[in-house]
Amino acid sequence: MLKINNLHAGVEGKEILKGINIEVNAGEVHAIMGPNGSGKSTLSSVIAGKEEFEVTDGNIVFAGEDLEELSAEERAHKGIFLSFQYPVEIPGVSVTNFMKTAINETRKAQGLEEMPASEMLKKIREKSELLEIDRKFLSRSLNEGFSGGEKKRNEIFQMAMLEPKLAILDETDSGLDIDALRIVSNGVNRLRSKDNAVVVITHYQRLLDYIVPDFVHVLLDGKIVKSGGAELAHELEEKGYDWIKQEKVSN
Amino acid sequence: MELKDKLVSSFFAYEDGLDVQSPLHDICSDAIKKFDEKGFPTKKEEAWKYTSLNAILKQNYSLFPKAETGLEFKDVMRYFIHDIDSYKIAFVDGRYSSNLSATSHDGLDVCLMSSALSKPKYRAIIEKYFNKTANTEDSLTALNTAFLKEGAFINIPKGKIVDKPIQILHFSTGKEPAMMLQPRNLIVVGEHAQVQIIERHQSLTENPVLTNVVTEIFADKRSLVDYYKIQNDNPGASLIDNTYISQEKESHASVHTFSIGGHLTRNNLNFYHKDERVMSTLKGITIIGEKQHVDHHTLVNHACPNCESHQDYKGIYSDRSTGVFNGKIIVEKEAQKTNAFQQNNNILLDDKATINTKPQLEIFADDVKCSHGCTIGQLDEDAMFYLRSRGIPTKEAKALLMYAFANNVLESVKIPEVKARINKLIAKKLGVNLGFEL
Repeated sequence: MLKINNLHAGVEGKEILKGINIEVNAGEVHAIMGPNGSGKSTLSSVIAGKEEFEVTDGNIVFAGEDLEELSAEERAHKGIFLSFQYPVEIPGVSVTNFMKTAINETRKAQGLEEMPASEMLKKIREKSELLEIDRKFLSRSLNEGFSGGEKKRNEIFQMAMLEPKLAILDETDSGLDIDALRIVSNGVNRLRSKDNAVVVITHYQRLLDYIVPDFVHVLLDGKIVKSGGAELAHELEEKGYDWIKQEKVSN
Repeated sequence: MELKDKLVSSFFAYEDGLDVQSPLHDICSDAIKKFDEKGFPTKKEEAWKYTSLNAILKQNYSLFPKAETGLEFKDVMRYFIHDIDSYKIAFVDGRYSSNLSATSHDGLDVCLMSSALSKPKYRAIIEKYFNKTANTEDSLTALNTAFLKEGAFINIPKGKIVDKPIQILHFSTGKEPAMMLQPRNLIVVGEHAQVQIIERHQSLTENPVLTNVVTEIFADKRSLVDYYKIQNDNPGASLIDNTYISQEKESHASVHTFSIGGHLTRNNLNFYHKDERVMSTLKGITIIGEKQHVDHHTLVNHACPNCESHQDYKGIYSDRSTGVFNGKIIVEKEAQKTNAFQQNNNILLDDKATINTKPQLEIFADDVKCSHGCTIGQLDEDAMFYLRSRGIPTKEAKALLMYAFANNVLESVKIPEVKARINKLIAKKLGVNLGFEL
């Protein structure tokens, strides 16, 4: 589904990603772990199409198509979803109105009719229950004055509404208490299927107790330095990132 | 001949139609003297520093239409808020159009300025209110007064809660190559009375039109007046709107101005407090592009204690459009415990778009709360990326952010159909097909 080949990318001439290779297939959950400054958020932004990052070498292929020429919205229309580490507050746009616009613009791009209002409301009800979101919450301005946990829950609610093929969860666990973590990961797990894939980007192993990955990759200084199964996350939790750095040096 | 000279000389022809004995004659001839002395305002005057009338004054305007032109309601229906029941006073090229109007004398007067000025039964009310709050020193107001002929006269008696909104529409047909219109409206709202009014000036062609309108509004004790100005005219049309509102004890008056169309628009909106515990609300949304120009000059004169005023103006400017906001608040010495708030926020979408914004506070009382703030910015890039990453295309994402930016001005619009119409006009102006509300 997603194939990242020798990806080099940076911002304002500074290289942050220095040759990344990852392949994610439908039905898989991948975790990308790494310390601060290793390039995790850059990687998610580059996949989602944020223009301030420049791809200098390599490419990203999604569902057989090179993403390079595609805008952020076109990537979303193809089924890529990024759950933001810091969701943006947008006063004056309600959660519901935002979702309605996002869904209908996506459908328009896919050559579909607008979703009938009754179906939209039903879907909103269903997905908000899944994320244990209060109805009142949906008429509030998008992310404005939301707590950290509410923002993240709202991100996963949007994911549930948009039903992407590939969901990238960027530090979704940060700012979550244990209850919110359970709700959010339960939401993500319920949305997993053999047809979609999830990439979890995280600093800590904590979230991976709830969303169990098939593969774990360690990102250090813009490169994947080690890949393994779910057990690699536990090893990182115990030993930190230093042993990998040392291993890298001795190699 | 320059427009000023043409106006002054044609006054004498116009004067023949006036009754020399009437007090009105004196008012008109004083007014033309004032205009003759002052002339059109120029950029040398502080209040007109950023708005030049030069270009629009060069047109050879017809001052009086030669022929009467009829319009069918179906052809101009879309300019009315037509999905609600309402009283209507409509004018075509400055003349009253009975087939477009739905006036009333049943429990209130929704009728014509000309009949109010001529009929004896209105004499007392005209003497009490006409030209009483309008600034007779202002040259454009004086010009309007001199050529006083027609407009809306609305008289709401004590205790009357008007059951449906009143719409005032001024159409220009473009039958003349260029046309100058000077409607004059007088609105008197009695004690405890309530009324909602919608005003619109609409030219039906791209021929140049210059409208210099004066509206006087008197809000008596505890009355409630909500006024909506929809300014979405053709690119050939310019509007100078002079509105004067005088408020008595515990009255509430609000004016919402939606400036989207037109070539040059100048809004002179003036509120005068005559007694205590008055509330004034001034709100506006300006969304313009190309070479459009919109200038909001507001004045709130706090002359009595315990009054409040709230101003909130949002502007979005693209291309080479220019905007002006000048918000003057005077708090007189007697006006203790005044609460006066003013906010003007602007987004410039292009490098060549300009906004000149200036709060002007003159405070002579010592126990007051006054705040003002103005911002000029661009659209937030992070917010844009966030919306786009959810599949909302760039144009629609921009529109959504701009709408959100202007939204709290719309929130206080009390007539849902007006709100819906403004939403549609904004969407159209932004070139998107989005339903902003759910």
